[in-house]
Amino acid sequence: MQSKTPRVEFTREMKKDYTIITPNMAPIHFELIKNVLESFGYHVALLRTTGREIVDEGLKYVHNDTCYPALLSIGQLMHALHSGDYDLHKVALIMTQTGGGCRASNYIHLLRKALKKDGLEFIPVISLNLSGLESNSGFKLTVPMLRRAIAALTYGDLLMLLKNQTRPYEVNAGESDALVEKWIKELTGLFEGGKAFTQREVREHFDRIAASFAAVPVRRIEKPKVGVVGEIYVKYSPLANNGLEDFLFAQGCETMVPGILAFMIFKVDNRLEDIRLYGGNPAKKQLCTLLKWYFTKFEADLIAAVKKYPQFTAPAPYTHLKELAGQVIGYGCKMGEGWLLTAEMMELIESGYRNVVCTQPFGCLPNHIVGKGMIRKVKNIYPQANIVPIDYDPSATKVNQENRIKLMLAVATG
Amino acid sequence: MMRIGMDVGSTTLKCVVFDEHDKPVFKAYERHFSQIAEKASGMLRNISQQFPKLKTAQVCISGSAGMGLAEDLGVPFVQEVYATRTAVLKYQPEADVVIELGGEDAKILFLSGSMEVRMNGSCAGGTGAFIDQMATLLSITPEELNTLAGRSQRTYSIASRCGVFAKSDIQALLNQGAQKDDVALSILNAVVSQTIAGLAQGREIAGNVVYLGGPLTFLSELRAAFDRTLKTTGVCPENSLYYVAAGAALNPTAEVFDVAELTERIRRYSSSHRYQSSEALFDNEDQYREFVARHEKDAIPTDGELGKSKKAYVGVDAGSTTVKAVLINENEEIVFSRYLPNSGNPVPLVRAFLQDVYARFPDVQLVSGASTGYGEEIIQNAFGLEIGVVETIAHFTAAKKFRPQVDFIIDIGGQDIKCFKIKNGAIDNIFLNEACSSGCGSFLQTFAGALGYEMADFARAGLFADSPVDLGSRCTVFMNSSVKQAQKDGASIENISAGLSMSVVKNALYKVIRVTDAKSLGDHIVVQGGTFLNDAVLRAFEKEIGKDVTRPSISGLMGAYGAALYAKENGRGTGHILTAQELEHFTHEVRSVTCNGCQNHCRLTVNTFANGARYIAGNRCDRPLKKHSPTAAYNLYAYKHELLEAYRPGENRRGVIGIPMGLNLFELYPFWHTFFTQLGFRVVHSPESDRQLYDKGQHTIPSDTVCYPAKLMHGHMEALLEMHPDAIFYPCMSYNVDEHMGDNHYNCPVVAYYPEVLDANIAALQHTRFIYDYVGIHRRHDFPVKMQAILAKYFDPIPKAEVKAAAAAAYREYEAHMERIRQKGREYLLYAQSNDLPVIVLSGRPYHLDREVNHGIDKLICECGAVVVTEDSVSGLAGKRFPTTVLNQWTYHARLYSAAKYVAESGDKRINLVQLVSFGCGVDAITGDEVRSILENGGRIYTQIKIDEITNLGAVRIRLRSLFAALGLGN
Repeated sequence: MQSKTPRVEFTREMKKDYTIITPNMAPIHFELIKNVLESFGYHVALLRTTGREIVDEGLKYVHNDTCYPALLSIGQLMHALHSGDYDLHKVALIMTQTGGGCRASNYIHLLRKALKKDGLEFIPVISLNLSGLESNSGFKLTVPMLRRAIAALTYGDLLMLLKNQTRPYEVNAGESDALVEKWIKELTGLFEGGKAFTQREVREHFDRIAASFAAVPVRRIEKPKVGVVGEIYVKYSPLANNGLEDFLFAQGCETMVPGILAFMIFKVDNRLEDIRLYGGNPAKKQLCTLLKWYFTKFEADLIAAVKKYPQFTAPAPYTHLKELAGQVIGYGCKMGEGWLLTAEMMELIESGYRNVVCTQPFGCLPNHIVGKGMIRKVKNIYPQANIVPIDYDPSATKVNQENRIKLMLAVATG
Repeated sequence: MMRIGMDVGSTTLKCVVFDEHDKPVFKAYERHFSQIAEKASGMLRNISQQFPKLKTAQVCISGSAGMGLAEDLGVPFVQEVYATRTAVLKYQPEADVVIELGGEDAKILFLSGSMEVRMNGSCAGGTGAFIDQMATLLSITPEELNTLAGRSQRTYSIASRCGVFAKSDIQALLNQGAQKDDVALSILNAVVSQTIAGLAQGREIAGNVVYLGGPLTFLSELRAAFDRTLKTTGVCPENSLYYVAAGAALNPTAEVFDVAELTERIRRYSSSHRYQSSEALFDNEDQYREFVARHEKDAIPTDGELGKSKKAYVGVDAGSTTVKAVLINENEEIVFSRYLPNSGNPVPLVRAFLQDVYARFPDVQLVSGASTGYGEEIIQNAFGLEIGVVETIAHFTAAKKFRPQVDFIIDIGGQDIKCFKIKNGAIDNIFLNEACSSGCGSFLQTFAGALGYEMADFARAGLFADSPVDLGSRCTVFMNSSVKQAQKDGASIENISAGLSMSVVKNALYKVIRVTDAKSLGDHIVVQGGTFLNDAVLRAFEKEIGKDVTRPSISGLMGAYGAALYAKENGRGTGHILTAQELEHFTHEVRSVTCNGCQNHCRLTVNTFANGARYIAGNRCDRPLKKHSPTAAYNLYAYKHELLEAYRPGENRRGVIGIPMGLNLFELYPFWHTFFTQLGFRVVHSPESDRQLYDKGQHTIPSDTVCYPAKLMHGHMEALLEMHPDAIFYPCMSYNVDEHMGDNHYNCPVVAYYPEVLDANIAALQHTRFIYDYVGIHRRHDFPVKMQAILAKYFDPIPKAEVKAAAAAAYREYEAHMERIRQKGREYLLYAQSNDLPVIVLSGRPYHLDREVNHGIDKLICECGAVVVTEDSVSGLAGKRFPTTVLNQWTYHARLYSAAKYVAESGDKRINLVQLVSFGCGVDAITGDEVRSILENGGRIYTQIKIDEITNLGAVRIRLRSLFAALGLGN
C-alpha cells in the first residue's frame, strides 16, 4: 500500500556488483554485521563518516522537525552519494524498519523522498525488517544469515560491555581497544569459514573473549559509574551523541551501555504481549516464541561468561528487566524503546550505575513517556538515582550537553 | 593561602577572592562581551594590584563559558550549579530551595530532602537574555522594565515556553494598545511560569527559598512575582551575584597557581579557529565594490515632486519592530517617507507622519490610503484609511514595480520572514516563519546589542570576516548557545557577525521555505525588508542561492510602498483620512475590559479615538464586534462541540467515573460514556480546557517539549481530582480503531501512553482509583472479555453479559457519532456549493477541537467567510485506501491523507485544506510533508498553521487572508 510508482527493487543481478551503502549506528556491532553480510557475497560499505556536513545534508533533505536519527542516517547516506566515491548506478542503500508505532518506521520512506528530491530515485533501498514490510529478490534474510547476524550482535554486546569495564582501568592505554579490534578480525575470519555462530561455538568464544579481557592488566581505582540509556540510535551512535562514551571516559568514568540483544527480545516479546493484552491467537506467533527462546539462550550464555569474573558486572537477564519495569509501567508501552528504557535505568541503578544519562533525540515522542516521564517513579524507588536527560539535535551544542553531564558528575562525586 | 574563584557566565564575568581565613576580600562583576580572555586577565591584574604581596593562590574556574578556558589552561573547573551549592551550604545553610537565573540558564536546586539540581533544557529559552530581549522590544532597559512592572494594574497571559513565542504575544499586546506597565509585569510572570513549568517538574518548591543570579538580584519585581506564585517570601542574600564564583573559590579541587604567570597565560589565550567555519563573504575589496555597484542600480528616488494635481496616496506598514510610512504621487513616485522604530505603539508615530505630510505639503490632497502589517487594523481605524491590505499582497504589489516578472519574493522583517512564489501573476505559495524559527532582523539586533554593538555596525563588521562561524539554521534560543560555543572556541566578533548573517539566510531558506535546492527558487527574485539592507545578509543570500537578486534601495519601505500603490489602484475614495486639524486634536484612549460574550472571557483592549472611531482587539471571535459572518453557523467544530455536550451524566448505580476531556477522548467520549452509562456508572468529564486549567497542572509536566494538548492533560487530571469521582478512567491505547484507510491503525506514542506519564508524575493519583490499563478497542470481540477483567480489578465483578451488552452499545454509539459528523459535513459542503461559498477543511486531530488548543482558528475562518468542515467529516469521501509515499500507520493521520486527497480531487478550487499542527508533534513532520505533496499533486495550495500555547492570532490571520487572496476569494 505504498507508492504508485513501483518501488525500485534490489534484484539478484544487483547482488553481484552493487555496493550496499550502510549508515552506521553502534560501531562494534555494525562492523561485525557488515562482515556477516560480506560473507554471504554482498558488497557492503559501512559508513564511518562524521562531521557537520552530514548534519547539513540531513537538514537539506529531511523535514527539519523529523527526529535526529532519521536526519543523521539519511544525511550520512546522502553525503556518501555526493562524495564521488561511489558509482551511483552501482549502489544500493539499506535502512532498518521496525514497524512500530513511532516515526522510525518511516525512515525508509523519508530516505526515498530524499533520493527523489535529488533525482536519484533509481537507487534501490533495501528495508531491513523482520515484520515482512518490504521484500527484495536480491536481498533475502535467510536463516543461516540471520543466525550469524544474531551471533554478531551478541558478540558486539559482549565486546562493548567488556571494553567499557576494562578500558577505564587498563595499565597500558589502548589495550582494550586493540583487543576489540583483534576480536572483530578473528570473528570475521570465523564467520567466513562458517563458524562461530552455533550455540556451542558462541558459548566457547564468549568464554575466550571474557578471559582475554580479564587478562588485561588493570589498576582498579574507584571511578564514578555511569549508565547510558536512550533512544537506540542516539544511545549507540557517537555521531549522534557527540562521542558520549569517549567524553565519559575522558571525565574518568566507567560506563555501562546496555546491549542490543535485550532490545531484540523486547521487540519479539511485544508481539506476544499484544495477544495477552488485547486477545488473539498465540499459535500465529510461534515464530516470535521461537525467536525469543533463541535470543534468551544467547543472553544466558553471555551473562554466564561475564559472571565467571567477579571484577565484571554482568547485565541482568531480560526477565529481570521485565520484572523491574512492571513496578512502574505497563507492558503495553512498546513504541520505540518502550518500557525497556525505563527498565534499563532501574537495572543500571540496581547494579551500581546510579548515575544515568538518558539520551534522546529532541522531541522524541516515546521518550516523553518512558524517559523523562518515568524519572520521578524511578527516583521514588531508588532515591540514590542521579539521572540526567540529554536532548540531541542538529543544533543542540556540545557545550550545553557536556555542561549538564558535568553537573550530573559533580553530584555523583560530591 | 588565598583562594580565587572565577565564574565565566554566558554574558558576565564574576570573581571572588578569599583570604587565609576564608573571608571574602575582593569581588568583581563585569559584562564580558565575549572578550573573555581580555576581561579575565584584567580582573586578575586588579587583584594583583590590590594585593601586592599575593604571589600564588588556589584557583578554580566555573561557569558555562568557562569550561573551555579552564580545560585549555589546565585550571580546575567546577560545574556552576555545584559551585552554587557549595556556597549556599556555607552562607545560607537554612535554604531548602535555590532559584538561580543567569544570563541564559535557569537552575533550581533542591537542597533539603533528596538533593536534586535542575537546569533548563536546550529548548527552554534564556531568562536573563529573555528579559533583555523583551526590554529591547519595549525600547527600555531591564531596570526600567522592573520599575514599570511595579506600577502594573493587571496582567496578560504570555506564552512562557520560549522567548520567541512570548515575543509574538507581547508584540500583539503592544499593537493592540496594552499598557507597557502591564506588559512588563506579564513578562516577569512569564519568566516565573517558565522556571516553574520547566524545572520544578512536579517537585514542590517550599521552605526557605533563596534567589540568586543577575536578574533576580537586579529586578525586585521579578522576586515579587516569584513570591506571589510560590506563596512564600524568598530571600535574595547579599552578594547574590557571587555565589558561583565563591563556590568555585571554596572548591576543594582548586589548585595552586602563580597568579602573575596565570594572568599572562590567560591574556595570551585564544583558541584559534577551532570552530566550524564557512567561506568568507567576499574574497577581496574588488568583489565587494562590484557587488555594491550592481545593487546601486536598483535605487529609486524617495523625494519626488507632489505634482500639479496635488493628489497623493498614503501607505503605512505597521510592522512588529518598525513603522514604515510612504506618500506617493499620481506617477507612483515616492514623495515622502518615514522608517521609524516601533517602540510599542504605532499610533503616535503615524500621527506624526501625517502631520509632517501636512506641514510639508499644505495643499496636498490625500485621495486614499491603505495600511498593512501587525498594526493594520488599529492604524486603519485611527486615521480613517480606506483599505487594510494583507502584508503579502502589499509586498507583491511593490515588488512588481521593480521587477515586473518577479517570481519569488522574500521579505525578512524585524520579526517575520515572508516568502511567496508568484505564478501567472498571482501568489501561488506562501511561506511564513512559524513562531519557533524566527531568526530575523530583531534577532541580529538582539545579538548586536548583547555583544555591545549597534546593529548596522555589527552587520558591517562581518563583511570582511575571514572565516565566518558556521552556526547552522535554528531558532534564536538555540542560536544563543551556538554563539556561546563559538565564543568559547575563540571566534572573533567579525566572524560571529558574518556567521549570524549567514544563519539568518539559512534559516529562511532551509527552515521557512525548506528548499532542497536553493538554486531553484526562481529566476526573478526580489529581496526586501529591513534586514536585507545589511550588505552582509544580502551577500550571504546571493552566495547561498548562487544567483544575483534585486534589492530595492527602499528595501525597508516595500510594505508601505506596496500599500500606497494598492490604495491608488483599488481606492474608491470612500475613506476619510484625518485632516491636519483633526490630527491636531487627535486623542487615543485605551481601556481594557473582559468580554462576557462566551466562556472564553477574552480580555479586550478597546481603543477609542477622537473622532469616535473604536477599535477592539484581543477578541477571539466576532461577538464583541457585533458583526456577523454569513458562514458563522456553518462551523463543524462548533457542531462537534454540540454533539459532545449532549452526553450528560446518567444515573449512579455502580459509582461515578471521571474522564479527562483531552487528547483521544475528544473522539472516544461517546464510546466510553455509553459503555459506562450502560453499566450503571455515572459518567462525568473534566471541564473545558482554559489557561487556568493548564496552570493548575503545569507543575507536574515532566517534559517541557511535549505537545500542548498533552500538557493540558495534567490540568484535566487536577480538575477531575477536585470533583472526587469514584474512579478516573483514561486508558492507554497503542492501537486506535481500524478505519481501513491505512497500513496500520496506531495511535501516536503520546496519545497511546500519556496516562502512564500522568500516573508517574501526579502524586495525588496514588490516592485515587486511576484506571489506565491497556485497552484494545480495535479487537471488538475480545474487548468485552478483556474489559471485564480490567473492571474487576477496581469494582465488584460485573457479569459478562452486561459488559458485552454495554460494549455493543458503545460501538454502536461511537459509529453513530462519527456518522453524524460525516452527515453534517456533507450537508455543509452542499450548502457551500449551492451558495458559492469557500470551504476550508480544517484538518488536525480530534483534540484540536479543544478551544484552548485551536485558539478559535475555526471561528476566524468563518469570519473570513468560509464554511469550516473537519478532516474526519470528509475523509470517507476520498474513496478506498490509496497509496501514499509514507507508511500510513496511524488512524488519525490516515484521515489527513484522505481529506487531502478529497480536496485535491474535488475539482472545486473553493474547497481548500488548512492543517493544524501542534508544536512538538513529531508525527506531523511526516504527515505535513505528505499532505502537502498530495495537495500539490492536485495543483492545490497547502497551508499549515502551527499552534502551541500562543494566543497571537495575528500571524494566523495573515496566513488565512493571504490564502484567500491567493485564491482570489475576497480580501
